[in-house]
Amino acid sequence: MIRLSIPVRQALAKLTLPVLIAAAFGLMLLGKADTVLAERARMAVADALAPLYGVLAEPLANVHRAIDNTREMLTIYEDNTRLREENDRLRRWQSVALALDAENTTLKANLRWVPDPTPSYVTARVVADAGGVYARAVLLSTGPNHSIVKGQIALDDRGLVGRVTELGARSARVLLLTDMNSRIPVILEGSRARAMLSGTNGVRPRLMFWPEGVQPIEGERVVTSAEANAFPAGLPVGVVHYNASNVAEVEPLARLDRLEVVRLFDYGMRGVLPPESAIARSNSEKTMFGADKKK
Amino acid sequence: MNLERHPGIRPRQSIWRRLDMAARRAFPACVICVVLLITASPLGLPGQVELQASAALCCVFFWSLFRPASMSPVAVFLIGLLTDLLGYAPPGVSVLTLLLAHGMALRWRRNLVRLGFLAVWVSFVAVAIGASALGWALTSLLTFRLLPPGEAMFQAALCAGLYPVLAVVLTRAHQTLAEPEHA
Repeated sequence: MIRLSIPVRQALAKLTLPVLIAAAFGLMLLGKADTVLAERARMAVADALAPLYGVLAEPLANVHRAIDNTREMLTIYEDNTRLREENDRLRRWQSVALALDAENTTLKANLRWVPDPTPSYVTARVVADAGGVYARAVLLSTGPNHSIVKGQIALDDRGLVGRVTELGARSARVLLLTDMNSRIPVILEGSRARAMLSGTNGVRPRLMFWPEGVQPIEGERVVTSAEANAFPAGLPVGVVHYNASNVAEVEPLARLDRLEVVRLFDYGMRGVLPPESAIARSNSEKTMFGADKKK
Repeated sequence: MNLERHPGIRPRQSIWRRLDMAARRAFPACVICVVLLITASPLGLPGQVELQASAALCCVFFWSLFRPASMSPVAVFLIGLLTDLLGYAPPGVSVLTLLLAHGMALRWRRNLVRLGFLAVWVSFVAVAIGASALGWALTSLLTFRLLPPGEAMFQAALCAGLYPVLAVVLTRAHQTLAEPEHA
């Protein structure tokens, strides 16, 4: 180690903080100028941490389960009555669904319908909340040699979760549909009107740009639209809900606050670039909004 | 090193004692990193993302104030970088806010330490409001969009509420685990 005189050492110690503050500004500029580098750095950290989080995930899930069990024990009687009623209702729906399914099969057979290809999917565990204060994203632990690509669509057991936006060797980041940068073309199932679902970083994304003469109805189901070739048509997203200030929002079907496992589907949709760079992001938004305005 | 100031009998500088002292010096920064990693895992706590940023700010401020030898600017820089890389935020924002909070703590150090807990808390609340506002402004600037200010306000409020709780724990650690003289 180089021996320095005390005044020099003191001067150096005083200089460290200003130099590092300048470096922080430099880092911000670098992150803005070279988004690929920032993404690579983030994914390197995520890759290093994914195995660690993977080990933690199992005991964490156990703790969650224990807490849930205790909570459920307290409401077991009400739950039972509610479930019995729901079961009766669903049984009626099941017979309707079976009849419709049979009818649909005969109709399709008569029409020589070309069936949609069954998409392949992989399942991955959600290991970390990777958003920060101003973004909504989750980190998936995928294990090495995965076949995930950017733009794949993440669903949980109930509905749409988001899309893969960053990819590492052992991990992947999924931008949730509630994130500020998320724009999803959707269809209101009742009126078949197209609209755009725009994330706000809040719990419920906002419904925007529906055509004139159509009004989203409270409780109406919202599914994805194949517009802009970013999503396949008909994935369940959520139900319409008007908030206190009468703004149409969508209550997501997916349990975004407690994701444990998600399925990543490869529909081969490359219509919209994932937001890997600022240019790609603004381009993708332009395409989406362009597509929306065309109607 | 502080040892020169306290004459008297002290243990021999064996390698184990040196290791122990080094571990105690590194304790504050390491604990912050562990807290960051734990709060990033899906615990399902309400306000967890804000909790992560707030806990980091509280700890950095506390250690910069009471044990700056264990919280060097370089350590603060690395903690900020880890916070940014764990999240989706533009890199550099947490680095800058934490470094500024660290600088404030160092500057006010001599007066604050003498004044007692309440004064420290009040000045920390001021730092937290400034840091949240700066974080919000920088993220808005770097993402080219006006972010809703609610999250920044919540973060500042959470910092203010979290500090007294953390201060109790950290003060205990300050006197026992993180004290190199106890090695």
